[in-house]
Amino acid sequence: MRRKIVVFLMILICFVLQTTLFQSISVLTVAPNLLIIVTASFGFMRGKKEGMYIGLLCGALVDIFYGQILGGYALLYMYIGYLNGFFRKQFFPEDFKLPMALIAGSDFLYNCVIYFFLFLFRNRLNFGYYLSHVILPELVYTLLMMIILYFIILKVNRHLEEIEKRSEAKFV
Amino acid sequence: MRRVKRKNKIDIPAKYILLFLTGICFVLMIGSFAFNWTLGPVSTAASYIVIPMQRGMTEAGNWIYDKTVELATLKDVMQDNEELKNQVNELTEELNRLKLERYDTEDLRKLLDLDSTYANYNKISANVIGKDAGNWFDTFLIDVGSKQGISVGMNVISGNGLVGIITEVGPNYSKVRAIIDDMSSVSGMVLSTSDNCIVKGDLQTMDDRQMIRFSNLKDSTDSVAVGDQVVTSYISSEYVQGLLIGYISELQINANNLTKSGYITPVVDFEHIKHVLVITDIKSVTGDLTEE
Repeated sequence: MRRKIVVFLMILICFVLQTTLFQSISVLTVAPNLLIIVTASFGFMRGKKEGMYIGLLCGALVDIFYGQILGGYALLYMYIGYLNGFFRKQFFPEDFKLPMALIAGSDFLYNCVIYFFLFLFRNRLNFGYYLSHVILPELVYTLLMMIILYFIILKVNRHLEEIEKRSEAKFV
Repeated sequence: MRRVKRKNKIDIPAKYILLFLTGICFVLMIGSFAFNWTLGPVSTAASYIVIPMQRGMTEAGNWIYDKTVELATLKDVMQDNEELKNQVNELTEELNRLKLERYDTEDLRKLLDLDSTYANYNKISANVIGKDAGNWFDTFLIDVGSKQGISVGMNVISGNGLVGIITEVGPNYSKVRAIIDDMSSVSGMVLSTSDNCIVKGDLQTMDDRQMIRFSNLKDSTDSVAVGDQVVTSYISSEYVQGLLIGYISELQINANNLTKSGYITPVVDFEHIKHVLVITDIKSVTGDLTEE
């Protein structure tokens, strides 16, 4: 229960920051994608199921307020959370390279899917342009933000796991 | 405080849950696409949590932005102030002259019975509280909703330029699709010649040159020129007539030699948009006309 509330609050804060503050301090009219960082991080830290649920929640928020079609972003974020769950066994908190690669991959995949379904299908064929003006800038900016956000998530998760372990030990 | 439950529930493998949720998402997508479903109570509940947070955050962000700009520009402003004071004097003079002229025009307009066409629209002012979470589309949220009498299809302007149209309404917020959004399409008209055209938002040209595309302009007499004003057309089914979209900055003849297309520079600064006005008069069109 405690975990659910904390994670929910975290998603909410990231969503609000992403749609307000980071939009007004966007660089080259591109803002970072904090929700991807949250979804992917919980995916490879906690496994497929939790990544999936958290992705679903993030996507649902985007859908409700900004989505073109209800359920689209929810589906996309959910799969990203799920896919990141496959790397749980390879993940070590001390290693920074894997999370970085995974988050970069997730953000890239996310934007490519959006391009494919919402732009390519409407005859916007110039992928090179969108790659260099939307996808890659967002990727770089997201990775920069990840340096801060990832360590907060890591700490919060560790703290939650410790509390869970303690109360479990008390019970047994 | 809750105790840890003993694990006696059946543990469903993740892939089955994933499949189940995927199914739900697809049903929602089809539903919202075909029948315009909304998550009524869920989105209402979410809006009561998120909207106040967004509003507060935006206010804080605006405050910081304003303060930094304030400090940086204080000197310039003082200089400007002097110049502007002089300008005010000049303009007051001019205004008096124009007032006289206006009385003349009003008389003439009454004669021409144009009064109803250019009637003043009713407006509600609103603040922008959040922008699209991604970088692909130009939609944003404003802090008025159905409680204030806003409904889908109302036009949104800023200053004297067209900003966009309301596509979704919650109790305390509404979603606006800007005319520069990649999926936006407005029926426009060149003011000087009354020729109609279609103005489409475009992410690429907007990013590159701060312009949006227009097409299908029939101009057989070659009288449309760069710099002409483009306003919303009288044949538009979604936008009320006569709202300024922007100025033509590039014009070319299409390969078919019949129509022209080109680029428009919008009058609204979409990057720094903070306050907007919602026109509460909806264009009512008889029949089942839709744009696009």
